[in-house]
Amino acid sequence: MALLQIAEPGQSAAPHEHKLAVGIDLGTTNSLVATVRSGEAVTLPDLEGRHTLPSVVRYCEGGAVEIGYAAREAATTDAHNTIVSAKRLLGRGLADVKSFQDVLPYDFVEGEGGMPFINTAQGERSPVQVSAEILKHLVERAEESLGGDLKGAVITVPAYFDDAQRQATKDAATLAGINVLRLLSEPTAAAVAYGLDQKEDSTILVYDLGGGTFDVSILRLSRGVFEVLATGGDSALGGDDFDSLLAEWISEQADVRTQMTASLSRQLMEQARSVKEQLTTADEAWASIDLAGKEISVSVSRVQFDELVDALVKKTIRACKRVVRDASLSLEDIEEIVMVGGSTRVPLVRQQVAELFGREPHVDIDPDRVVALGAAIQADVLAGNKPDADMLLLDVIPLSLGLETMGGLVEKVIHRNTAIPVARAQEFTTYQDGQTAMVVHILQGERELVDDCRSLAKFVLRGIPPMAAGAAKIRVSFQVDADGLLSVAAKELSTGTESQIQVKPSYGLNDTQIADMLRASYDSAKGDMALRALREQQVEANRLILALEQALNTDGKVLLSESEQSELHNEILQLRELAQGDDTAAIEQGVERLAKASDEFASRRMDANIQKALQGHTIQEIEKGA
Amino acid sequence: MDIQQNYFAFLGVSEAFDIDLSYVSERYRDLQKQLHPDKFAHASDREQRMAVQYTAYLNEAMATLKSPLLRAQYLLTLKGIDTHSEASVSIDPAFLFEQMELRETLESAKASDDPFDVLESLSDRVEVQLRTLESAFKSAYARGDDTSLEDAAAAVRKMQFLTKLSSEIAQAEHDLDG
Repeated sequence: MALLQIAEPGQSAAPHEHKLAVGIDLGTTNSLVATVRSGEAVTLPDLEGRHTLPSVVRYCEGGAVEIGYAAREAATTDAHNTIVSAKRLLGRGLADVKSFQDVLPYDFVEGEGGMPFINTAQGERSPVQVSAEILKHLVERAEESLGGDLKGAVITVPAYFDDAQRQATKDAATLAGINVLRLLSEPTAAAVAYGLDQKEDSTILVYDLGGGTFDVSILRLSRGVFEVLATGGDSALGGDDFDSLLAEWISEQADVRTQMTASLSRQLMEQARSVKEQLTTADEAWASIDLAGKEISVSVSRVQFDELVDALVKKTIRACKRVVRDASLSLEDIEEIVMVGGSTRVPLVRQQVAELFGREPHVDIDPDRVVALGAAIQADVLAGNKPDADMLLLDVIPLSLGLETMGGLVEKVIHRNTAIPVARAQEFTTYQDGQTAMVVHILQGERELVDDCRSLAKFVLRGIPPMAAGAAKIRVSFQVDADGLLSVAAKELSTGTESQIQVKPSYGLNDTQIADMLRASYDSAKGDMALRALREQQVEANRLILALEQALNTDGKVLLSESEQSELHNEILQLRELAQGDDTAAIEQGVERLAKASDEFASRRMDANIQKALQGHTIQEIEKGA
Repeated sequence: MDIQQNYFAFLGVSEAFDIDLSYVSERYRDLQKQLHPDKFAHASDREQRMAVQYTAYLNEAMATLKSPLLRAQYLLTLKGIDTHSEASVSIDPAFLFEQMELRETLESAKASDDPFDVLESLSDRVEVQLRTLESAFKSAYARGDDTSLEDAAAAVRKMQFLTKLSSEIAQAEHDLDG
């Protein structure tokens, strides 16, 4: 397809160069990195052959940072400095995080904009920094194992992640120095891993029951294009809840509830997890608890376990029904079911899902790895290794976006499950005579009251001319890009007064913080910032030149006059010369100039592409009619 | 390419309430394949921005045509009739009375023995009413004279009520699970 070749500049330079790209499943408990090697997606192990990396980071006294298994070992002995489940804290405010205080032993302190930082032996650390450590570790593993620098990564996020959480994930990647090709929702990645994109047409439901979250998504696949029709689930329901119920039950049976200590409660959870795992194949399993040297054993049958978790499983089944309805489908319309997350190994879960839809779910790929594998396949396509690939993943926003209006109410501007990218505008007016400023408060969530929704950002539009109440017209426009990240602009229509914000959610890092952190990490790791800036500009210049040359080769003769073509070739020559020098600012200006010069060409190509899509259809119709 | 051209033309169908949705979806996917920002992952920033704008427009067009309510409203907008604003238009009392009754059922559902059952049958009732209104709209719109268009607009206003109720039912189910 012509357009893919345009988006594939490396081709003209070195047609067979394979670009290294990975998929990363940044999980709450474990994380994985995968890549496509010789046409097959594989997860990459560490030197000891372990594929999963516990999502745990320990900030040791003295400055060392441990990541993964070593850190997890210390989770109990050095709890304050060992951060587990950072993903639950990503993009959350201090107030949200307080609710985890019971389970997480951290000393939270308030950072800028209400963002929670954790006090560690190495000073204050944010969840974004913790996640960045994990990402960096995985990228290093991949670069060592693949023997080269990564061109980029696809990072998966739960379908339920709101804007703040997506932004925080992206911030973490930026901090880790990763070029994010795309944030991809986990269920979509899973469907891709099963190769369901190879089918002509299908409606797929992805049931993802992880440790702490439950997501259900319906994907529609048609001739290589994936569309997320609807998503739903429960961000506070997962296999850990199965474990808690079972641990509670075991402690009742063993009659140890009154003697609860931290160590006993940990033992109970461990035993519960092990019993749950054994019961996936066995009909009965034993939990054994060591209580001050005395061993107590409790037997658990599959039937008892099923009874315990039945209400939780039913809850997931109801959520499935609801999402099916959200997608305007009926249960029979679901043609494929994909199971993701370790908890889908529980037989009762598989059984109830199979009963609901009247068909067996896909369970062949390790449900813990399936997301990373799918992300790797998508990364391979986006990096440009498969110019003929027809796959395109279309996403929706998981939660509605809106604005605060009078009385603490939320007016929704973009409803959940709207396909992205999306741009939408709504007009508002003033409520007082002579009002000259207006606060634009952006929220995300389904509820009607501001207090029940997540506050994403607030900004003030000033300079509204004094008028009678209701006379001013303020247009607020929302734009959400393909990663689900939002920017908002407000404009007073009679005077053209404008104000806009790239929604950096209140709990994400601001640009200065990111820049500071980046600088700190470069200073220690790579040293020379100026050199890096120069490299980046050179890369940018070359990228633009290659993209433009490729475009000129394909469409130049058709869409441009000869003088226009030679002018662009001339500009390219000039930038190429600049890029060989070491004047960072001059290269930057050159890039800007070339981009501007090629603007008209870009828009003609875009039009041509639309025409092509339309014409393709006309021909098909004629053939159909004939 | 005039991005402001009307959604029906953009997606290749004629202006009517009955459209071939499978054809529209196919056309939508073809355009997505050409325009989606992922296809411009390596292109210049400007092209990426344009891709976002075009795709946003395409998504808006698709969302409008896919939803019966939005499609009906859009058809009327093209005829110069605005049904978006909540102007003081009178709605027939029988309909309003029935809405109140439906809403009471929704309110009391939460306290009933099997709330999910009540909500499901309520949701079915709403769906049936919506289908009836859609066909009323369709024939009124097809007649096309001023009076008929007013009838069509009246049907749309009723559809708005019911669509809102339908999303409140979904929210109620969600809350019960929360």
